[in-house]
Amino acid sequence: MSSLSRDEVARVAGLARIDLTPAELDRLAGELDVIVESVARVSEIATPDVPATSHPLPLSNVFRTDVPVATVDRDAVLASAPAAQDGKFLVPQILGEDS
Amino acid sequence: MSALVDLVDYDEAVARFDPVIGIEVHVELGTATKMFDGAPAGFGEEPNTSVTPVSLGLPGALPVVNETAVEYAIRIGLALNCSIAESCRFARKNYFYPDVPKNFQTSQYDEPIAFDGFVDVELEDGTVFRVDIERAHMEEDAGKNTHVGGSTGRIHGAEYSLVDYNRAGIPLVEIVTRPITGAGERAPEVARAYVQTLRDLFRALEVSEARMERGNVRADVNVSLRPTPESPLGTRTETKNVNSFRSVERSVRYEISRQAAVLDADATVTQETRHWHEDTGTTTSGRIKSDAEDYRYFPEPDLAPIVPDRAWIEEIRAALPELPAARRRRLQGEWGYADAEMRDVVNAGAVELIEATVAAGASPAAARKWWMGELARTAKQQEVELADLPITPAQIGALQSLVDSGRINDKLARQVLEGVLAGEGEPEAVVVARGLEVVSDDGPLLDAIDAALAAQPDLAEKIRGGNQGPIGAIIGAVMKATRGQADAGRVRELVLERLNG
Repeated sequence: MSSLSRDEVARVAGLARIDLTPAELDRLAGELDVIVESVARVSEIATPDVPATSHPLPLSNVFRTDVPVATVDRDAVLASAPAAQDGKFLVPQILGEDS
Repeated sequence: MSALVDLVDYDEAVARFDPVIGIEVHVELGTATKMFDGAPAGFGEEPNTSVTPVSLGLPGALPVVNETAVEYAIRIGLALNCSIAESCRFARKNYFYPDVPKNFQTSQYDEPIAFDGFVDVELEDGTVFRVDIERAHMEEDAGKNTHVGGSTGRIHGAEYSLVDYNRAGIPLVEIVTRPITGAGERAPEVARAYVQTLRDLFRALEVSEARMERGNVRADVNVSLRPTPESPLGTRTETKNVNSFRSVERSVRYEISRQAAVLDADATVTQETRHWHEDTGTTTSGRIKSDAEDYRYFPEPDLAPIVPDRAWIEEIRAALPELPAARRRRLQGEWGYADAEMRDVVNAGAVELIEATVAAGASPAAARKWWMGELARTAKQQEVELADLPITPAQIGALQSLVDSGRINDKLARQVLEGVLAGEGEPEAVVVARGLEVVSDDGPLLDAIDAALAAQPDLAEKIRGGNQGPIGAIIGAVMKATRGQADAGRVRELVLERLNG
């Protein structure tokens, strides 16, 4: 059951902003297909009485009390930004999308 | 934006089409810290100072859920008559935008904390309309972009953008309605009243200051048209970030008129997000829903599921404050207002003001008289909300007690009010500074009366002869002489004493 097409891989890569060459697309389509098939095999084994698991650790309700902590120094923060102005991160003009 | 858009007259549009709306409301919770980290969730801080590695999405930073934010979300869910999830989890909503530093927004997808509720919305004429709630889920706010360059400060033509992450990570609850049908031509009004009802609810629940002008509450409004109420739902548009009650109403009206014209031209409505323009009262096309909207949600692995303890939920339910609708009914009973009077008070946003004024000692009737009379007129003239007038309920209470004690009369009280509004201080101080006290000392009154009687001896004679008709003219002259500071009742007594005594 080959489920993942090359086009699908290209689309998902585009959504994730990953630039793939045609050769990479060919290779990854095959490799990802193997992974998808393997997961499908696991689904066959799982019986209906096994609930889907998104979190493997038996943990819930990990909460933090609503008390402020120290913030980071802005100069340090902006020092690692490619560009900054007026205490803000400067980013290139945003094209083709809206706010 | 300058392109001419065909519109169908609103009345005609709703006569021929059945509008269906759906509203998503985001409310910023008033917690001390952000949703997933301890950075202060304040307002008006210097840019990028309320940030931690988590708010900035730095590699390795791990989020932890704010317990108070969960409690607030449950409060909202319960107040909206929702079921609270036995278990729910967070999910990553993946998209790229500079104000989302992690390249995903942490939200809830298939397992919202609250679902299947409703809220009764009261329209201005008292009609109650029930809006079904599909879900209320927790998520985080994005940072703030400022577009620099270009002529309008908008994104188009901007040369670059500046990003402030103070707001990134502030807790939000998003409330999603089911399609609202059956409102017909009142759909815009229902939309407005719904958002207003939620705003009042957030305040009553004390989960948010819910200030529209600060963007604490933001609405996305979906509108679609169908030929008849029996037809399947039409294609909808989503107008984003409509941030005032009036705009909610106007944007729905506009979309109904616009979509009717599209359908009349035998074209199809494009499913898209649209931008609302406050200045022109129109919407324009934003991005078309397509691939770019494929958010590839998946469960957030860094946050454990939330399994709210049932006892905790019941504790929260038991501690819910009186909700606005119930409170309005109670206050109306206590104040003895007629339905129409109460509705006017509610529509004027004067409930809290009158409540506080009554608490400051004024009678409900007097409190209503001030806020719905003189002050409502002033607010209208100055084009501000009643609550934004520079006068407090305590000052109105003090003013009324000056009237009640007879130190000033109604006419002088209006001058005192004017003084307080002009920033001249407390009512007492204005009375003193402007010399507005009712002249209660009979001495000066008698002088004024004698002068008035002497000036009009014929009137004096008539009154002396038992004809009280002309007494009003004498009182008027005395009031004029004392610049309105006399107690008219006392003047009448003194005039009669003078002439007949």
